[in-house]
Amino acid sequence: MSNVPADLKYTRSHEWIRTLADGTLEIGVTDHAQDALGDLVFVEVPEAGRTVKAGEACAVVESVKAASDVYAPVAGEVLAGNAQLAAQPDLVNSQPYGAGWLWRLKPAAGALAGVELLGAADYQKVLEAEAH
Amino acid sequence: MGRQTPLFQLHQELGARIVDFGGWDMPVQYTSQLAEHHAVRRDAGVFDVSHMCVVDLTGERVRAFLQYLLANDVARLATPGKALYSCLLNEAGGILDDLIAYYLTPAWFRLVVNAGTRDKDLAWIGAHAREFAVEVRERSDLAMLAVQGPQARARLAQLLPEAQATQALALGSFVGAQIGHWFIARTGYTGEDGFEVMMPAGDAVSAWRSLNTLGVASCGLGARDTLRLEAGMNLYGQDMDESTHPFESGLAWTVALQDGRRFIGREALEKIRAAGAPRKLVGLLLQDRGVLRGHQKVLVDGSAAGEITSGTFSPTLERSIALARVPAATAGAVQVEIRGKPLSASVVKPPFVRFGRSLLVLE
Repeated sequence: MSNVPADLKYTRSHEWIRTLADGTLEIGVTDHAQDALGDLVFVEVPEAGRTVKAGEACAVVESVKAASDVYAPVAGEVLAGNAQLAAQPDLVNSQPYGAGWLWRLKPAAGALAGVELLGAADYQKVLEAEAH
Repeated sequence: MGRQTPLFQLHQELGARIVDFGGWDMPVQYTSQLAEHHAVRRDAGVFDVSHMCVVDLTGERVRAFLQYLLANDVARLATPGKALYSCLLNEAGGILDDLIAYYLTPAWFRLVVNAGTRDKDLAWIGAHAREFAVEVRERSDLAMLAVQGPQARARLAQLLPEAQATQALALGSFVGAQIGHWFIARTGYTGEDGFEVMMPAGDAVSAWRSLNTLGVASCGLGARDTLRLEAGMNLYGQDMDESTHPFESGLAWTVALQDGRRFIGREALEKIRAAGAPRKLVGLLLQDRGVLRGHQKVLVDGSAAGEITSGTFSPTLERSIALARVPAATAGAVQVEIRGKPLSASVVKPPFVRFGRSLLVLE
């Protein structure tokens, strides 16, 4: 069973979203996603200052097997990409909800209201449905 | 659901992730593809390759038949047990498959061909065998385990009674022998020493478990692919197929044209050789950050000139490597287009890794 922390929001494309104390967002890929991808060997994160739309491909995570895009769950401005991942892409495997975060985002005004993010229980249901 | 090998249930018990491979349900990885890769480079790993098709050819004229069927010359096989790598060509010189041929007795050869090409190969071989009165028999009663890595031979030998172990350990490179109930060959697809063992299907599960107990890691097709690519070995259907010929697939060394032997594809190959093959298969080493993948465009002097046939991240080199088909004159530095961006790569001569060590001079 993959780990789905209760305090995060999720997307159907397996990103997680953490709301930080200042209202900015931290985004990564879920435990389920990192497990499905396998050992990550290359991660490309967006640069600070880039403006992204909801659903836009923002980061690339590559395992030995394949490359996958990671999408912006919410529109906004990228505050930082996780620079540590250039040297240690495997942090996404070992700590998907911690040191393996991908980028931080300042959501555009009203952006959060316009998107449907899943709670932990609903994301868990998405995973169960995919397993069948 | 695809076809399953005698080890399928064990793979599931061991927690393998199963994928379709050439119509077979095969394990792609057990725990970590990287760990499985390193196990083979540093110690020993075992792969289920029972999906590969073993074909026994028997008859008084079997040698003459294979001299006609194959681009490499089985006349090179002087002693029983010796193996030969060859392409199976069509009349146009296109590659129908690549295979290993073992010389067992003057009236008995064994071929091992790819799983994905089984039907086509059996039809082709059968159609040509009639003229030589050669009997073609698929050995689906056999399972095949590849035990690979610097410690592989010693570990496999521990499964055998002493006299048989001695016999197995004495096998030279690219030689196989029937030892007890098993056909043991010192061959592989990883760039490491090791054995490929054909055994009655009923022996496979206990052999696998015993190897695990001896510390041999279960390894999936994912690690098999990164290992073979580091070793500079082609994968049929990816680096070559019927639309390509051996001279543009890095396989000129497997075509025996020296003698006057008549074989299928010879006329076409002679014409190609006389005109000069316009393309070649090379190794690439990515100089920038990223991962080379199949079908990415190779740019020479700024314009698209070639294509990657297989690419991956090399766990041994911790760099990205690839095989690519490019214009014959290509050398030095090229670029590869990855997600719209041209990245720098160097043309290198495969293999990239052999016997656990890098063969590249990295800056």
